[in-house]
Amino acid sequence: MPVISFENVTKVYPLPAGDVVALDGVDIAIDEGEFVLIMGPSGSGKSTLLNIMGSLDVPTSGEVTIAGRKISGMDDDDLTLLRRDHIGFVFQQFNLIPLLSVVENVEYPLILKGRQNIARNRAKEVLMAVGIAETHFSHKPGELSGGQQQRVAIARALVNDPDFLLCDEPTGNLDSKTGTAIMDLLSRMNRDEGKTIVMVTHDIRMTEYADRTIQLEDGRVVV
Amino acid sequence: MTFFDLAVRNIKRHWLRSSLAVIGIVIGVIAIATLGIMGNSIGLMFSDMVTDVGDTLIVSPAAGVGGGKLTDREVTDIRRAVGSNVVIPFSTTADKVSVGEKESVVMIYAIPAEDIPLLLEKESGNYPRDTGGGCMIGSQVAANSRDNGLKLGARASIGGDTLRVVGVLKERGLGFDINPDYAIIVPYSWYSNHYDEDDYDQVIVKVRDVNDLDAVKAAIEQKMNRREEVVNVMDTRGILESIFAATDAITVFLAGIGAVSLVVAGVSILNVMLMSVTERTKEIGILRSIGTRRKEVMRMFIYEALILGLVGAAIGGVLSFCAGYVTTAVFVGNPDYLFHPKSLLYILFGMAFGVFTSVASGLYPAWKAAQLNPIEALRYE
Repeated sequence: MPVISFENVTKVYPLPAGDVVALDGVDIAIDEGEFVLIMGPSGSGKSTLLNIMGSLDVPTSGEVTIAGRKISGMDDDDLTLLRRDHIGFVFQQFNLIPLLSVVENVEYPLILKGRQNIARNRAKEVLMAVGIAETHFSHKPGELSGGQQQRVAIARALVNDPDFLLCDEPTGNLDSKTGTAIMDLLSRMNRDEGKTIVMVTHDIRMTEYADRTIQLEDGRVVV
Repeated sequence: MTFFDLAVRNIKRHWLRSSLAVIGIVIGVIAIATLGIMGNSIGLMFSDMVTDVGDTLIVSPAAGVGGGKLTDREVTDIRRAVGSNVVIPFSTTADKVSVGEKESVVMIYAIPAEDIPLLLEKESGNYPRDTGGGCMIGSQVAANSRDNGLKLGARASIGGDTLRVVGVLKERGLGFDINPDYAIIVPYSWYSNHYDEDDYDQVIVKVRDVNDLDAVKAAIEQKMNRREEVVNVMDTRGILESIFAATDAITVFLAGIGAVSLVVAGVSILNVMLMSVTERTKEIGILRSIGTRRKEVMRMFIYEALILGLVGAAIGGVLSFCAGYVTTAVFVGNPDYLFHPKSLLYILFGMAFGVFTSVASGLYPAWKAAQLNPIEALRYE
């Protein structure tokens, strides 16, 4: 069974100037262990697709199944718990909480789940796995380089052992060398740990890391 | 790391802004507590000042009847109406009293000699008798003997007559019946002769059993006011009650003024927190996107308001105690009033209201934060 499945999904934003169709009858199935790229020009519906995959948004029509759960009819709390327990987010801007130290940022999702007892050790373990030295654990995110911050963000996304990682231009704010290192890390997670990864990007070079690419244009899947 | 820790860190992040909000709460708590304590102290001061006259009725002539006096006959009627309860008629005037070279104008109470011991306690000397030309002086009159010459044994001359001061009264405090502390007490017989006067100004009725007060009052009114309003009967307990009701109302009013200042503090917390929600929109977006539920975001913000309130209430409570001490010591002159349970209760009430205001002010910003759309919040810069 696919980790993410879209069946004839449509998303319409009603605007005063007329409805905007962001997704128009999209069918997608992403299986466990896949590394899938989502590409397309701006305005093609990438962000909308990503938001719905991340259960941050719901479709206007069609059926979306995430980690075996149909999201139609879910309320805000259900969607939030779905994000918390099954999805790992990696953003272009890292989006770490500035108030929390590196290790606290990573343990935060576990604390949301009420797993205080294991949170600290698990967070350290994952941080080491993504290549953050122990000396940085008590630093604030702002004290780290961009590449290091993105590693921390990946650790935070992985800490709850999600069904898939949802990455939104994860190398977009990094220089190419650091970006490559991050892609190597994600690729390793996919290859060695079997993590399903869905990544939205503009960067054509990313295709070499991926199993396949979903190309969007005007809200439709073209490839 | 918990939501509580996160709230503490958010407060510390903007410590100046948070401190100002806390100061608002502190001022509000102090205002409620101090004004409450002040009102309560005024009430306590009254009850300390006023002699315990809960057992007394005061019968005075109804306005305009008989020249505002009660005749001997009417006093006799009152005696009949009240049965075995004590009836003390008296008159009052003021006159020049001189002792040697010293002269002053003093209040004079004329009370039948045999009734004086029933009404007033003596400090020293004796009660005056109908014969013998004696009088008594009140405690404050005695205290001013250096100016007025009135002391035990002095010869006081009133309008050509000379009376000897045979006794000094105990301090009695403010009364609803008579206020003898600043007066001279003379036997009614002397007064009647001297001023050629047979009528009385008022009648004091001492009721033996306080529970009979209303019945005795009714009996007098029924007997005296059958045809027309001849007398007014005042119930001192009722006066006392209405005074306490008034001071209570003053207290509540004063505390209400304090509460207004706390509401202002609440508005400033509301403002601070709304600002904080706007500033942290992106952060809230992150928290929501990685799985923080609405109610958890809300809880985080309410914790912040709660912490501001608790800190403000704690500081305000301590300062209220100090301010209460100053208030009671300086304005009312008796710091003991601060330790009256009701005064202390005002401090607690101020603190509780401070916490409540703070949390109430945090509710709307917290709700607003929780309602943010995670997608839009994430995009916010």
